[in-house]
Amino acid sequence: MTATVVTDGSPVSAAAGRVRGWLTNPKYGPVTVTAVLLVGMFIAGASRYRGFTNPQVIANLFIDNSYLIVLAVGMTFVILTGGIDLSVGAVLAMSTMIAASLLQAGWPPGVIIPLILVITSLLGLAVGLMIHYFQIQPFIATLAAMFLARGLCYVISKTTISITDPVFIALAQTRIPLAPRLSITPSVILALGLVIVAVVVLHYSRFGRTVYAIGGSEASGVLMGLPVARTKVLVYVVSGFCSGLAGVLYSFYTLSGYALTAIGTELDAIAAVVIGGTLLAGGYGFVLGSVLGVLVLGTIQTLITFDGNLTSWWTSIFIGALLLVFIVLQKVLTARRT
Amino acid sequence: MNVNRLMAHRLFWPVVMLVVLLGINLIAFPGFFSVQVRNGHLFGSLIDILRNGSPTLMIAVGMTLVIATRGIDLSVGAVCAISGAVACSIILGSPDPGNPGTVAVAVVVSLLISLVLGLWNGFLVAVVGIQPIIATLILMTAGRGVAMLITEGQILTVNSPPFKAIGSGFFLGLPIAVLIAAVIFVFAVVITRRTALGLMIEAVGINPEASRLAGVRARGLLITVYVFTAVCAAIAGLVLTSNQTAADANNTGLFIELDAILAVVIGGTSLAGGRYSLFGTLIGALVIQTLVTTVYTVGIPPIVTMVFKAAVVTVVCLLQSPRTTQLIESARRRNARRRGRAVTA
Repeated sequence: MTATVVTDGSPVSAAAGRVRGWLTNPKYGPVTVTAVLLVGMFIAGASRYRGFTNPQVIANLFIDNSYLIVLAVGMTFVILTGGIDLSVGAVLAMSTMIAASLLQAGWPPGVIIPLILVITSLLGLAVGLMIHYFQIQPFIATLAAMFLARGLCYVISKTTISITDPVFIALAQTRIPLAPRLSITPSVILALGLVIVAVVVLHYSRFGRTVYAIGGSEASGVLMGLPVARTKVLVYVVSGFCSGLAGVLYSFYTLSGYALTAIGTELDAIAAVVIGGTLLAGGYGFVLGSVLGVLVLGTIQTLITFDGNLTSWWTSIFIGALLLVFIVLQKVLTARRT
Repeated sequence: MNVNRLMAHRLFWPVVMLVVLLGINLIAFPGFFSVQVRNGHLFGSLIDILRNGSPTLMIAVGMTLVIATRGIDLSVGAVCAISGAVACSIILGSPDPGNPGTVAVAVVVSLLISLVLGLWNGFLVAVVGIQPIIATLILMTAGRGVAMLITEGQILTVNSPPFKAIGSGFFLGLPIAVLIAAVIFVFAVVITRRTALGLMIEAVGINPEASRLAGVRARGLLITVYVFTAVCAAIAGLVLTSNQTAADANNTGLFIELDAILAVVIGGTSLAGGRYSLFGTLIGALVIQTLVTTVYTVGIPPIVTMVFKAAVVTVVCLLQSPRTTQLIESARRRNARRRGRAVTA
């Protein structure tokens, strides 16, 4: 995408220059690497394990990670502004606890789900206000929110509460057939619907453009008269809302609430966003990239499951390693630019 | 000493908090302050506070220095889990678990591993230049996976008297854990106040660029600080594991990073880096442990403690924020103006 590449005029080197320009562009480079990585992992999996090419394997990637897609969407908004949200995993756990305990108390799901979304959005609002108006670093404000949410989980119950509500079970067990022997769950449709909404909001609304502008340079945003304060607070509301929604999807997925569930999910969400090509400093990145990031993480999990020799604890180690690789890649790309 | 000057002292509010908490305990439980000697050991609620608070204090000492350099270390809990897992698996794997030599080997190996983990954090922060939260977040989650690999997903229970002594033994009438924490604390105070190290840490925290121009080698300094914190965390992990006589990769040191950060923040060290106070951290750690004890003595369900701690961290951060200072300042000025007008009228 840069015109500064020196070429000798021949079409081959011009094309090579264009590829290099594309790859070293902080906007498209990382996400392209991720896409190549994902395809490579699939080829490796297909050549090593039988049954890996079954379309249902891909569908399962979406089914097992629909909650993570939702979390990653919220996290993308936050990281695009240059912030971070460490509370998503705990808020997700809190949502499953609220859902499970209120269902046990006999509340109707039609009330519980909106209630959860309102509570988590308000928590996000509180965090956003702390960050913007009291100038507390995002990580410390969201760390406090993380511990608050975990603490509230314990307050609700120390033991696992299972969900027996017919509506939740129906939503958990419904399979929507796409083709013979290929099906997805309602959660997948919800998650993908949210992705579409997020793409539209980020690219075609004033709010979305302000999000990118804050990540590029907050001071310039203020000077341009953009609603920086409102937007900065709103991204945490979006993240809180997404965490709540992810919690609802997670409770469909596990049909239970447990205080220590989803520990470390914040790393998964951050990793998905970073691997998906969003710059940690903010300003560059796509929601669809984050979805690719989630698929990469899901594929790692699937490969480990198919392998059978590696224990599931390797997953967190692999994710940490991959996150590191992409952060270093970002460093290299941005260092070249400036 | 003048009351105003006393109030302006940075340790004033933390000490007040500690005194109030101790007072609540004394009201709820009159025998709270009694310390007895039994079998040549000191016993009592105050000794329990010191002993149970010692792992937090050990980590908080390292965390203070990290925060003073504008950093943060979220991986301390995972480092606790790894060191506990390493020590327990070595002791379990040896033919003679009760031998002090075996325990010494286990301790040394786990401390060496924590050294490597600290170097890793320091490398990511100082050499690669990743933000400290993200850099240490990697080890925070991947570290639990590593601990799981070491324990093979099991809770390793060890039966080794010398190892048990680390967490629950006594020396000269005092709990060994308290003595270890005291040694770490004094070491940190001496090395930062008797050498230029403390000054350089503050310099890097206040203005990295200016300190670089002044010739401070920030890179080595940052790595040292992260290594020190990881070693502190490993020692704390050994104490915790020894106390439970078991290594649990999932739960050893879980959420201890919050306690450590909280202790530092209560002690008056700003999260923005720069000036720090190790004595403040000491009082902060005591405040936290007393808070936990208070929750027990007053009869509040212990599970609520975490919500309390989160609330305290939030309130302290809000009080520290420049915005709050501004609001208080403008309110005071408005008051003064009103008073001034009253006088002239």
